[in-house]
Amino acid sequence: MASYRIIGKSPTKVDGLAKCTGQTRFADDLSLPRMLFCKLHRSDVPHARILRVDTSEAEAMPGVVAVLTGKELPTPFGILPVSEDEHALCIDRVRFVGDPVAAVAALDEDTAFEAMRRIRVEYEPLPPIFDPADAIANATPPMHDYGDDGNVHKRVSMEFGDVARALEEADLVLEDICFFEGNTHLPMEQHASLAMPEADGRLTIWSSTQTPHYLHKAASKVLGIPPSRLRVVACPNGGGFGGKSDPFNHEIVVLKLAQKTGRPVKITLTREEVFYCHRGRHPVLMRSRMGLRKDGTIAGLHFESLLDGGAYGSYGVASTYYTGALQTVTYKVPVYRFDGVRCFTNKPPCGPKRGHGTPQPRFALEVQIDKAAEKLGIDPADFRLRNLQPPNSVTANWLQINTIGLRKCIEAVVEASGWRARRKKLGRGNGLGLACSSYITGAGLPIYWNKMPHSSVMVKLDRGGGVTAYCGATDIGQGSDTVLASCVAEILGVDLLDVRVCVADTDLTPVDLGSYSSRVTLMMGNAAIQAAERARDLVARAAAEKLEVPAARVVLADNRVFDAEDPEGKWMSFAQAVVCAEATHGTVATAGSYTPPQSPGRYRGAGVGPTPTYSYSACVVEISADEETGTITPRKIWIAHDIGQAINRNLAIGQVEGGVYMGLGEALMEEMAYRPRRQGVHKIPSLLEYKSPTSMEMPDVETILIEDPDDRGPFGAKEVGQGPLLPVMPAVANALFDALGVRVDQVPITPELVIEALSREDRRAGPRSYPDLRAGKPVRIRTPEEGGDGYEVDQERKQKQKRREERAKA
Amino acid sequence: MKKTAPAKVTHALRVNGETQEVSFLPHRTLLEVLREDMGLTGTKHGCELGECGTCTVLVDGEPVLSCLALALELAGKEITTVEGLARPQGPHPLQSRFAELNAAQCGYCTPGFLLAAKSLLDREPEPDRETIRRELSGNLCRCTGYLKIFEAVEMAAEDLRRG
Repeated sequence: MASYRIIGKSPTKVDGLAKCTGQTRFADDLSLPRMLFCKLHRSDVPHARILRVDTSEAEAMPGVVAVLTGKELPTPFGILPVSEDEHALCIDRVRFVGDPVAAVAALDEDTAFEAMRRIRVEYEPLPPIFDPADAIANATPPMHDYGDDGNVHKRVSMEFGDVARALEEADLVLEDICFFEGNTHLPMEQHASLAMPEADGRLTIWSSTQTPHYLHKAASKVLGIPPSRLRVVACPNGGGFGGKSDPFNHEIVVLKLAQKTGRPVKITLTREEVFYCHRGRHPVLMRSRMGLRKDGTIAGLHFESLLDGGAYGSYGVASTYYTGALQTVTYKVPVYRFDGVRCFTNKPPCGPKRGHGTPQPRFALEVQIDKAAEKLGIDPADFRLRNLQPPNSVTANWLQINTIGLRKCIEAVVEASGWRARRKKLGRGNGLGLACSSYITGAGLPIYWNKMPHSSVMVKLDRGGGVTAYCGATDIGQGSDTVLASCVAEILGVDLLDVRVCVADTDLTPVDLGSYSSRVTLMMGNAAIQAAERARDLVARAAAEKLEVPAARVVLADNRVFDAEDPEGKWMSFAQAVVCAEATHGTVATAGSYTPPQSPGRYRGAGVGPTPTYSYSACVVEISADEETGTITPRKIWIAHDIGQAINRNLAIGQVEGGVYMGLGEALMEEMAYRPRRQGVHKIPSLLEYKSPTSMEMPDVETILIEDPDDRGPFGAKEVGQGPLLPVMPAVANALFDALGVRVDQVPITPELVIEALSREDRRAGPRSYPDLRAGKPVRIRTPEEGGDGYEVDQERKQKQKRREERAKA
Repeated sequence: MKKTAPAKVTHALRVNGETQEVSFLPHRTLLEVLREDMGLTGTKHGCELGECGTCTVLVDGEPVLSCLALALELAGKEITTVEGLARPQGPHPLQSRFAELNAAQCGYCTPGFLLAAKSLLDREPEPDRETIRRELSGNLCRCTGYLKIFEAVEMAAEDLRRG
């Protein structure tokens, strides 16, 4: 195993002390002279036509500088090119309670708030839709003028191999219906943005965004100004978890108001408004039919999902595919069918939350596997070990697996938790549950199609020995600044603190697509290594000349540049070497880029799921469950995560613990609840009433990092930011079965559901039916084992025809 | 409805050991005065409703939710914010340990945790894990799962005991 000075160790992160001294400047910590304060007037009805917006009273208020309505921002936007269905301010229709209609800018916040309240909007109510079954039943009026049909946003249906036959021939077929309630990110920082106009017409925005690059694209389009005149700076995010990944109304509004007033304009959302921004976990109803053979192997899987999308597209098309993409990457599923439907409803839009679209199906799958193992009389750990997807393989749905550390993960948690000796033996009310998962290390494709790199890094060396690393990536608390500095410092042989990072600024840094899909460590890391290696080569060549040794023998380490064969005799300081390099080559500034490898899947929809490499996790949860109250108390959690190689051990463990914490919240209490009979208002838009685990609820977590470097990762690293959340919810459900012998096929597993399961004859709580979604004929794709080529079957013919024609021509 | 803008009041506030004359609107919370009138943005806010503990500061050594406290009522009291936590010889052990252990991930809730923890350690130099859990239960953190925070407080307590 390679030995590193920084990689794999636990140095204090580069922004660690700044965050503990109050020096880190989040977006709301910024202020500028002559700054105005912005407030948004939001809809108080769930679905209506806007007949009239009267801003006269607001405009007349002393201290109000500008009022804005949707007419001034007519260009639609949205994170995905296929669903640009949002307006910065609603023009003729509102689609959920909280949809913004108008904005004011005033000299102070109190005035802005009062003016916002004095805006009058006249609505013509439209029938609201609050759940997907209603959306399917009520195609009119459609909420949007696009989508697959009526209020169905997206339908997906794909079949890899003959699933019907596999299920027919299986020894056992399990059919389960599960529901995963929606929940939200709840970052501690409320979104904030500050826009500043410059005298020459340029605009700058500082914002709490995870995706400055996409905000740059969306805002310049809506404002109608060239991207070269707009600068987007992402401040360090006070938590994101996916909730700051869309371009938001308020960001575009403050830019427009800054343009309009010629003054800086700031907005800070209230906590209630953060709930309206949402973009959190989709509520998903799922039906899973799994065929099993007597020997405990999986014969085939048919998975269906029905997503409650909320009012807008957001990442929803991708989310829909993600509910069907990764079922195949943990266990061998020889034939697979997926049907997914996403509906529009009059609630805040759902989008990507940590795990994006995959925690819901993972819950269904891992609970079903627990049931399958029980039915077949096999230990759930052994069942999983028996079905592991092999490394360097291609799944039935054409996902390329590189390394897979799942076996080691399972063995590690089985060992650490005493699974073999303790399961089923803890006494009534106590139980152990196991579940596994996998996640992508960065989406294989960008959000808008292009052939450019997904991440780039520039490295510049200073004559004094300082290094600056530039990258568009955004630190949202995951530690990407430290990962950037660590990769560069490792290659150049300098201290972590000799590297200054300059990040997330569309004027100053090369593009990184953003802090989503667990992509930053791998993609930015590979780009950083390339940039740093190029700088190292320049330094090494110049130093070699000066030291009169071959360049290949020059080593950079511990802030020195030396001859590997005579480290104490022939050497100079790193700073001296930079001086030599600059004298020889001019300013030492290099760049590196990273583009993910192409995936073998070629069918429509194959763009969601591929990644350079998958991470794997296994988790055992120990709980106590009270039969009287239905309360579940987690006692201890053991989790092993296949990370390839930790870049910073402490940061990696922090991601695992944070993921487990968030998973426990989803498993036991977190839910976005609405009141359908009261205009669909959010029931609990506050930090107190939206229940999340406090320090009192958090059990001890034993984290085991499985390190088996993956050749596609920087120094072998895979993701860790999202994957470890995924197994927690099903592991809790499976532990409940061990504790009380009941199944709750629903998340969150509330005390009410536990009591219900105990009282029912079939000892189960959860949804009991799955609506007829009128899925059409699936698109057929032959699996690799069937000799497919990654295209749809009818496309295969076209491809063959094309190749024949090409051959004929040749 | 006609309203005349309320006049600002001027009070001497003692923040982090320094007394300053500060003019602010009388209805402003301590949080607003610290952040907006005094430029001390180290104190953060997560809800401004007294629910999350993010804006915790110390008033005469006691943890107070600055979003629920009127600055007006705190003239003459000793207010401590995260900016005043460091000591002449360097960061407070709580700050060093939080940074070292990655107990501050996004760092947004960190100032509140640091001050709540300082108040605890001032009262109880050797708290056990359960006491730490209980004492910090009014502060929400979404990144860490709290475990590294517990460890950091325990280690800082030991540092402080050693002197």
